[in-house]
Amino acid sequence: MEQTAHADTKAGRREIWRVTIILSVLTIIELAIGFGMYLWVHEDGFLRAFLKGVIIILMLAKAFYITAYFMHLGHELRNMIMTVVVPLSLFIWFIIAFLYDGASYKHLRNTYDKGFKERTTEKTHQGSDHGKKDLKDVQPQPKTEAPPGPAH
Amino acid sequence: MSTTATGTKWWSGGRSPFNVEYGKLMMWYFLMSDAFTFGAFLISYGTIRFSANSWPDPNVVFQSFPFLGSGLPLLFVSLMTFILIISSVTMVMAVHAGHRGDKKAVVWNLVWTILGGLAFLGCQAWEWTHLYHEGAWWGSNPFANADGSTGHQDFTNFFFTITGFHGFHVFSGVVINVIMLIMTLNNVFEKKGHYLMIEKAGLYWHFVDLVWVFVFTMFYLV
Repeated sequence: MEQTAHADTKAGRREIWRVTIILSVLTIIELAIGFGMYLWVHEDGFLRAFLKGVIIILMLAKAFYITAYFMHLGHELRNMIMTVVVPLSLFIWFIIAFLYDGASYKHLRNTYDKGFKERTTEKTHQGSDHGKKDLKDVQPQPKTEAPPGPAH
Repeated sequence: MSTTATGTKWWSGGRSPFNVEYGKLMMWYFLMSDAFTFGAFLISYGTIRFSANSWPDPNVVFQSFPFLGSGLPLLFVSLMTFILIISSVTMVMAVHAGHRGDKKAVVWNLVWTILGGLAFLGCQAWEWTHLYHEGAWWGSNPFANADGSTGHQDFTNFFFTITGFHGFHVFSGVVINVIMLIMTLNNVFEKKGHYLMIEKAGLYWHFVDLVWVFVFTMFYLV
């Protein structure tokens, strides 16, 4: 059976190093953004959503480099690539539909489910302040002592 | 593709129209179906998260490092991520060595890949143990939501299910790589005249790394 001819070793080795460096740099940028959010961006708002979006784009870039170069998919025949990639495009619908459904469920319950919003947003712990505190504060309070037994 | 002139009649019979061997093609289709399994897990996690008013902050939950204590968000998971990237690189090198027919290089790169996989599993075992001792497990979430409300029950359920399923894949990948190593040492591929089996094991191993890229982002960063 015919096999795809592989580029000579030297070029192959160069490609491995190039992709390794790209993956490492993308990971470091992701971590830097994550750490920056931890330090400075605490409020859920545009900036936080934007940074999360950037992280997700970097994630997709990493996925591309791994499949195209490490898994060699980029070097296969176009028809072969398409039989793998086209079915995966179902994910586009999958993600949009389900996340939209989740958000809609939240909205419905907050609007119509009596007490749901109060129950799920009531502060039972001191404000978490996004990690600037000891872990013990987020642990459940120890159970108060058992109710006294029946008096004799 | 460089060997085949453009205009080759791929579909007129007598050859593989995709120019790959059967086993490799089937490995690709298996991985595609596995991608849907992981995708379904991650999307259900996303759906529940979108339906919740608040969710625990990963930087509060995952902030410990062995021997260094707590207050170090992202550090341990960075280590795990780099271990997996490096083991993916050594796997590519094993595959390339296989193309050259360089048995010694195949063996060494497989050994490094296996060690990377074991190191990753060790990290995961430590992290799970640590979280378990903090009271986290399936059905039990001690971590408050970011807004200070009682932690969402499904946070730990999703975390342990999805990282567990991924860890199981890493474990099977290590087992497959060990089998490849034994076969290489026994000259199975040498006698066959090619190391294409290593390539299929490599595809599986890279897929494990690929899934971690998504799991890592969704649980620890976003």
